[in-house]
Order: sequence, then C-alpha cells, then structure tokens
Amino acid sequence: MLTLLSNVLIDGMAYGMVLFIIAVGLTVTLGLMRFVNLAHGAFAMIGGYAAALLTREAQWSFWLALPVALVATAALGALLEAVVLRHLYRRSELEQVLFTIGLAFFLIAATNALAGPQVQLIVLPPLLAQPVDLGFRTLPAQRLLVIAAGLVVAAAAAWIVARTRFGIWLRAAVDHPDTAATLGIPIRTVQCASFAVGAALAGLGGVLGAELMPLEPYYALKYLVLVLVVVAVGGMGSLVGSLAAALALGTVETASKYLASDWGSLFFFLAMALLLAWRPNGLLRR
Amino acid sequence: MAFNKARRTLTLAMACAAAAGSLPAAAQTVKVGILGPFSGPFAHYGTLFKNGAEAYIASQGGKLAGKEVELIYRDTGGPNPGQTKTLVQELIVKDKVDYLGGFIFTPNAFAVAPLIQQSQTPAVIFNAATSAITDKSEFFVRTSYTLWQVTVPLAQWAAKNDIRKVVTAVTDYGPGIDAEAAWKSEFARQGGTVVESIRMPMATTDFAPFVQRIKASGAQAVYTFLPGGPPNLGFVKAYNENGLAKAGIQFLGTAEMDEFDLQKFGDAALGLTTAFHYSAAHDSPANRTFVEALKKKDANAIANYASVGAWDGMHVIHKMIEATDGRKDGLKAIAAARALQWESPRGPVRIDPKTRHIVQNVYLRKVEKAGSQLVNKEVQSFGPQVDHGLGK
Repeated sequence: MLTLLSNVLIDGMAYGMVLFIIAVGLTVTLGLMRFVNLAHGAFAMIGGYAAALLTREAQWSFWLALPVALVATAALGALLEAVVLRHLYRRSELEQVLFTIGLAFFLIAATNALAGPQVQLIVLPPLLAQPVDLGFRTLPAQRLLVIAAGLVVAAAAAWIVARTRFGIWLRAAVDHPDTAATLGIPIRTVQCASFAVGAALAGLGGVLGAELMPLEPYYALKYLVLVLVVVAVGGMGSLVGSLAAALALGTVETASKYLASDWGSLFFFLAMALLLAWRPNGLLRR
Repeated sequence: MAFNKARRTLTLAMACAAAAGSLPAAAQTVKVGILGPFSGPFAHYGTLFKNGAEAYIASQGGKLAGKEVELIYRDTGGPNPGQTKTLVQELIVKDKVDYLGGFIFTPNAFAVAPLIQQSQTPAVIFNAATSAITDKSEFFVRTSYTLWQVTVPLAQWAAKNDIRKVVTAVTDYGPGIDAEAAWKSEFARQGGTVVESIRMPMATTDFAPFVQRIKASGAQAVYTFLPGGPPNLGFVKAYNENGLAKAGIQFLGTAEMDEFDLQKFGDAALGLTTAFHYSAAHDSPANRTFVEALKKKDANAIANYASVGAWDGMHVIHKMIEATDGRKDGLKAIAAARALQWESPRGPVRIDPKTRHIVQNVYLRKVEKAGSQLVNKEVQSFGPQVDHGLGK
C-alpha cells in the first residue's frame, strides 16, 4: 500500500513536471501576452527536431544541442512575431485561433516533407539514459532532469515577471499598451522578446518532454489539448499556477493508471472540470 | 434508294467495327483500385502500399499476365468507413475497376463488404487484421495476418518454455482487445496463468505506471500489443528504463518490432522477442528479390509487413488476372485465388480455400544487431499457421 502510494506520487510528479515543461511556453504567450497561440505545439516540435537533428545527424553533445535548439526556436519565434504575428495582437481571438492553427498545419506539412513521418529520437548522453536507483525503485535519470528543469524555470519565470523591470514592462504592455507606450516603454521590443522567450520555453518542452511525447510531424496538434488544459486550470498567466495544475493533473492521471486504467483518461478530464468549477480563474486565485 | 441503303449498311459496318475495336482495347487494361491512407498521420502506410504494389508490377516487367495494369489510388485518411464506402462505390461504378486492394483499418474493410459482394469485385486486404473481415463477403482475400494467427503459436511456445505466469498489457482498442483475448484463451489451454490483464488507454504517453504494475505482478513475461509509432517507443523505453528485463520479465510481442520503427529503438530493443509472419531479415531468394525491387522503386522504401502485404496482394491479383484472361469475372477470379500457393518473401504461403485468409509460417524472432542496423532475427519457425481466430 505504501509502495503504491509512493509510486503514484513519484510517477505523478515526474509526469506532472513533463506536462508543466511542455505547457510553460504557452503560459507565457497565451497567459501573459493574451495571444491565442495554437502554434505552441509547433514551436515545441521545432525545438525538439532541432535537438534531434543536432544530436543524431551532427553528433553534437546533448548539452550543447539543447541551448542551440532553444536559441534557434527563439529566433524563429522572434522572426515570426516581427513579420506576421504582431499584426494579430489587436485582432479578435477567432482570427488569432484561425491564423495560428493554420500556421501549425503548415509547420506539420513542412516537417513531414522535410524530415519524413517517422518518430525522431534525441540522443541522450549516457548520464541521462540510465536508470537511477532510489532505494525502493528506479527512475530514469532523464526524468530527474525534467523535474529539476521544471522547478528552475518556474522559479526564474515567476521572479522575472514579478520582480524585474522587464516583468513590469511586460505586464504594462499587455494591460495598457497605449499608456505603456506614452510612458516610454519600448512595447514592441518587450512583445517581441516575450514571444521569443515563449517560443524558447516551448522548445525546451519539446526537447525535455520528448521521452514521453515522441517527436513526429503531428506532435504539433497531438498534445495541444493537454497543454491547454494545464494552462486553463493553472490560470491565465500564472506560472506557479500552471506548475500546481500540472502536478495535480499529473498525479490524478498516474493514480488512475495504477488503480483504474480501464477508465482511460476519464479522471484526468473529470479533475480538470472539477478544478475549473472550483477555481475558474486559476488554481491559485480566489 | 440503293444509295441510301448502301450508306446505312456502311454506317452499321463502321459502328460494328468501332465496337469490335474498342472491346479488346478495354479488356487490355486491368484497373485496380488501391484504398489506403495517403494523407494525414497514417500516410506512411499508403506509401508502403504504393511501393510494395508498384515494385511487384515492375518486377514482372510492367505487365501482369500480359495485361496493362492501372493502379487507381484513393485516400481514406484514417479509420473512416463512410468515406471509404463512397470512394469504393465511385471506383466500382465510375472507374469500373476490376479489383480492389489495400485497406489498413478494419472498419474501412467492413464498410465495403456489401459493395464488393453485390458487384462481385474481388478485394485483396493488404493489412487490416481482424479475423471476421473475410467472413463478411466471399470476395475478400487477405494477404496480411491476424492477431490470433501470430499470438496463438507464441502462447504455445511460452507455455512449452516454462513460462507459467504472464501479465498482458494491451492498448485499449479493438486490435488490443483481440490480442488479449487470443493470448488468454490459448495460454489457459496450455495450462498457463494470466496473472493480470492491463488495458492501457489509447492516449497514454507515460507508460511508467503500467510498467511498475507489470513489475509488481510477479509474472515471468509480459505479452503486449501496441499500435505502431509513439506508444510503441514509449512502452519499450519504459520497459527498459524501469529495469524489467533485469528483473527477469520477458517481453513478448507481435508487430511491435516492425521494421518501420525498429531503428528508432536503438539498443533498447536488443533481445526483445516477438512472433510475427514477416521479417525483413528473412533469408531467402524470394525476400532478396522483394527487397531489391523495393529499393529500385524507392531507395528509402521499407520492407515490412505492410509492403510485403501489398506485394503478395498484387501477386494474388496477378494470378486472378491470369485465370480470367484480364476480363472482369469476379467468381472465376476468386475461385482461382482460393487455390493459390506460392513462395512469398515471408516464406511458403497459401490461401486457405475456406476462409480466403493467408496460411503462412509464423516465426519467433529476437532483435539483434547486424552491422549498425537492428534486425529481427528469426530464431525458430512455428510452421504454417491458419487464422486461429475464425469461429471464436
């Protein structure tokens, strides 16, 4: 019984952290910037593909490929933002949805044409590929990296948004763009940089989450629902809320796999509905 | 008057000549409609069909039984019975196809049964693997496999090799449940015990909890069924990372080590055991011919169960064209197909006259490394197997 409980908690936390890592980029673009970015999965996929190609084809070390993949995704995000997406900020949500879903379809087809339909694997260093013995059971080392990365990202992002000048600019630029501009805040730079950071975080999720959500062209849409659920339950723009939501939902899903797998994903979505009914504005907001 | 009459006769003669001229011309080209997913997430299956079928025709010198063959591809997307039915109706009525081939998904095959029955159009199933399909119309012939066909000999082998306790872990949808039923029924008959049956939801991405349950179940082996692609990779990864092999729990599968995904597993796949009817590493002249023909068609083509299903499916269509001399005669064609036997890339095969399903050797295979590539090395043949699933 005790083993079962600890198994549920450990696997639940590991799975929840993966959910958080793939959702955190969307918390920035959808949550903080209020831009309905359904191409989030596509950015994650691009980050993942970049890491897979660098480690497998170019034989780079994982530790070098990871930052390069993130910078590449950020650069692409910044470019798209500067050229097209910025025109959509003031458009209706429906237009944002239509454009970004179209972008996602385009990126799926492009990926399929360039890299083929097969699953792409990221070559992990031996350190991450081995299981780690926790005493009473083992856990893949890669999962420990995800847990650590999730905590670091949550803490750093929460600090930047709440405490730094950039965070204040960002919130001002989103809430009152005109006022912010008259106050001399460079809102175009802030928007572009924030979107690039959101894209880079999506890429981080694509790379680190790839062990559970393997990279393939349809990645861009396949896991979008999971990601949207995490952001919605966590509350728009609340990074710590997303973390709490991901951990709670991950634990529920894992417990249902141990105890009632015949019910499929029922409990995951039931938990989502109940949490949303209880705290419609986000888990950590009253 | 006479002039008029002569002109009428001439017109009639010309019309006759034109009709006579057009008849043999129409009979010269045999039309085959190929149904498969050519777009969307399953599009690679369509490519496998296309490569297998076209490589076969090319290997025969571009003609089958001396007739030109026109392949008409139709895209069914995913499991989509309604659309498949519409497409097949068009193929039969408008394009006037002589044969149908393809079919990845069981529901799509079920949907067209009444159409092929009514129009007497032989349809060769290249892949869809539910036993009951060939029951639905006498014009179905199948060159793939069924889960019962490959699972029953594997269960017998396990029982003979002192594996007494097994846990089943299957993906929770039609074929997975079929696989679970096949294993349970045969393994119990052999005196084994299924200690736990786990059904994993379709959308599962994190397999760690299931693997922990398998580990805790006290079984000596896990019999598993997973759809190809991401779920398959995820399960095998979890199996390795959680040390199941080290804990002495053997992996028993069927299509899991399919050549399409095989190289992606890396060393994680080494030593995994599956029972299946086709391995790209099958050592025979027929298989070498097949693999070479595929590579000639497309250097990136993959020899696996779907492309060999299409290759052998075209062989059956070839023989049906031969038996009917290129004319459309569904009854005669099917009668010829029922008696077929030939040397396939997978080994010696024949069509079971009663079920119209392929009878073939099933092999026990282990994943090994040949050079830098992973292969399914056949270590034992279970001999010819019928479809054990019919009548259950």
